Amino acid sequence: MSLSLEDVRKISSLARLDLSESDAEATRSKLNGILELVEQMQAIDTSGVEPMSHPQDVAQRLRDDAVTETDRRDDFQRVAPQTEAGLYLVPKVIE
Amino acid sequence: MSRNDWEVVIGLEVHAQLNTASKIFSGASTAFGSEPNRQASAVDIALPGVLPVLNRGAVERAIRFGLAIDAQVAPKSVFARKNYFYPDLPKGYQISQFELPVVSGGTITIRVGEGDKAYEKTVNLTRAHLEEDAGKSLHEDFHGMSGIDLNRAGTPLLEIVSEPDMRSSAEAVAYARALHALVRWIEICDGNMQEGSFRCDANVSVRRPGGPLGTRREIKNLNSFRFLQQAIDFEVQWQIERLEDGGTIQQATVLFDPDTGETRVMRTKEDAHDYRYFPDPDLMPLVIVPEWIDRVREQLPELPAAMKARFIDDYGLSAYDATTLTASREVATYYQAAVDAAGQAQAKTCANWVMGDLAARLNKAELDVTASPVSPTQLAGLVTRIADNTISNAIGKKVFDALWNGEGDSADDIIEAQGLKQVTDSGAIEAMIDEVLAANQKSVDEFRAGKEKAFNALVGQVMKASRGKANPAQVNEILRRKLGG
Repeated sequence: MSLSLEDVRKISSLARLDLSESDAEATRSKLNGILELVEQMQAIDTSGVEPMSHPQDVAQRLRDDAVTETDRRDDFQRVAPQTEAGLYLVPKVIE
Repeated sequence: MSRNDWEVVIGLEVHAQLNTASKIFSGASTAFGSEPNRQASAVDIALPGVLPVLNRGAVERAIRFGLAIDAQVAPKSVFARKNYFYPDLPKGYQISQFELPVVSGGTITIRVGEGDKAYEKTVNLTRAHLEEDAGKSLHEDFHGMSGIDLNRAGTPLLEIVSEPDMRSSAEAVAYARALHALVRWIEICDGNMQEGSFRCDANVSVRRPGGPLGTRREIKNLNSFRFLQQAIDFEVQWQIERLEDGGTIQQATVLFDPDTGETRVMRTKEDAHDYRYFPDPDLMPLVIVPEWIDRVREQLPELPAAMKARFIDDYGLSAYDATTLTASREVATYYQAAVDAAGQAQAKTCANWVMGDLAARLNKAELDVTASPVSPTQLAGLVTRIADNTISNAIGKKVFDALWNGEGDSADDIIEAQGLKQVTDSGAIEAMIDEVLAANQKSVDEFRAGKEKAFNALVGQVMKASRGKANPAQVNEILRRKLGG
């Protein structure tokens, strides 16, 4: 499997990356390199091997259901570009 | 062609907010209604370098749900990233579950319709998975900008997905109601629909009976049972008309506008989201050992289906009564307490009072059964006095009113204080009857001339003379004997 330039455009648009013509071509060849590596790995017989979702074979640690965080809004909003009435302001988005 | 030539196919996705104290991946509070962003921690607003830590309470609630619908609770499930860009989702992805959800399968039995036309149906569930909620965008006037409140970001949700088993809006609403009652019954969700704690998406399509499934459209974010019904009814009619006009249905996500009662397209399949799910490397697989499941099972309350069956089998209630009394855990608990106090022999009478006078009074006063001025013990005391003939049913209603108004601590107190004890002394009743007969010669003559109505008038006079306290059965018997000669 190899990606077309159109595939790359779709992926970059999903990732909100504005790629120039030359960047798109370079990205295509890099991504195809990764896919070739995957193809090589697919040659290995993995029948009977249970897929893992994480490279480490350990279980998720859980925490007790308790409120441990305090209100740090003022700290967080000090580094935000724009806030008002406790809200973060962003360019208008309506879906 | 008419609507009868089409079969409606509906599946529901419900987002139930889990009632944990803290968020699913952070220690921030989940309390509703605080000032914007006061409950948004570094994890919730996705500051660089933070890591999610899973809340045991959220997992435990998912297990409770799985057990309550007799589903499989996965020994190992996986959290995945659902990628999309929106300002109220600061990480750029929502942590959800995709390939391996925590709960698979299960069923919920619903009762649809009323009276003779009522029927039961079992709805199959596909899955239920844990995920985090997003924040809220406010599009009011902030100088042409949007305001973002991330207090809700990271609130635990259980997304509950049904199979496309429902065949009408009535079935969809019955299922949504049953699910709503169940999550409240097992205390995993407060069910507050105004606050968005229980939100429904409906997948709707139509087809020729027995034919292949039609193309579906998904109605998003319905937050009341009435809107759910209206939106599905409108959508079904729209799809049928379009198909009968020779058109086709395009897969789409639509929104319901409660003001117009119509659905409108939000996005079509072409611009559908491509979420690019993949296992979240920040979270290890969630392992649930059998001992944990056993512990949760032991703590589960008696479930509505089991309680309903017990009311029918042990108490002799009708399916309708048993369904009504187990529609909410609060009503069921009240009823059970009343029966426990009055004795099983009075189960049917208790049911009549709870569904009749009590429900009417609560409804009129807009009170929840947990706030009832008449306690289950007081109601049981009243039922007991009717059963042992201390008072008649009619006087019982008087005593109930007095209990409601706080005129006494118990039915016995009120009967005593207000002199409502039934007169069963036949000598006393006979004396009252003699007086009434002497004063109502006309009615006596009419009865003797064959007018049965006149007899009822005389009974009424005797009851009136006794201020309702004479035992009606005795009055009937003695009066008939005296008139019959």
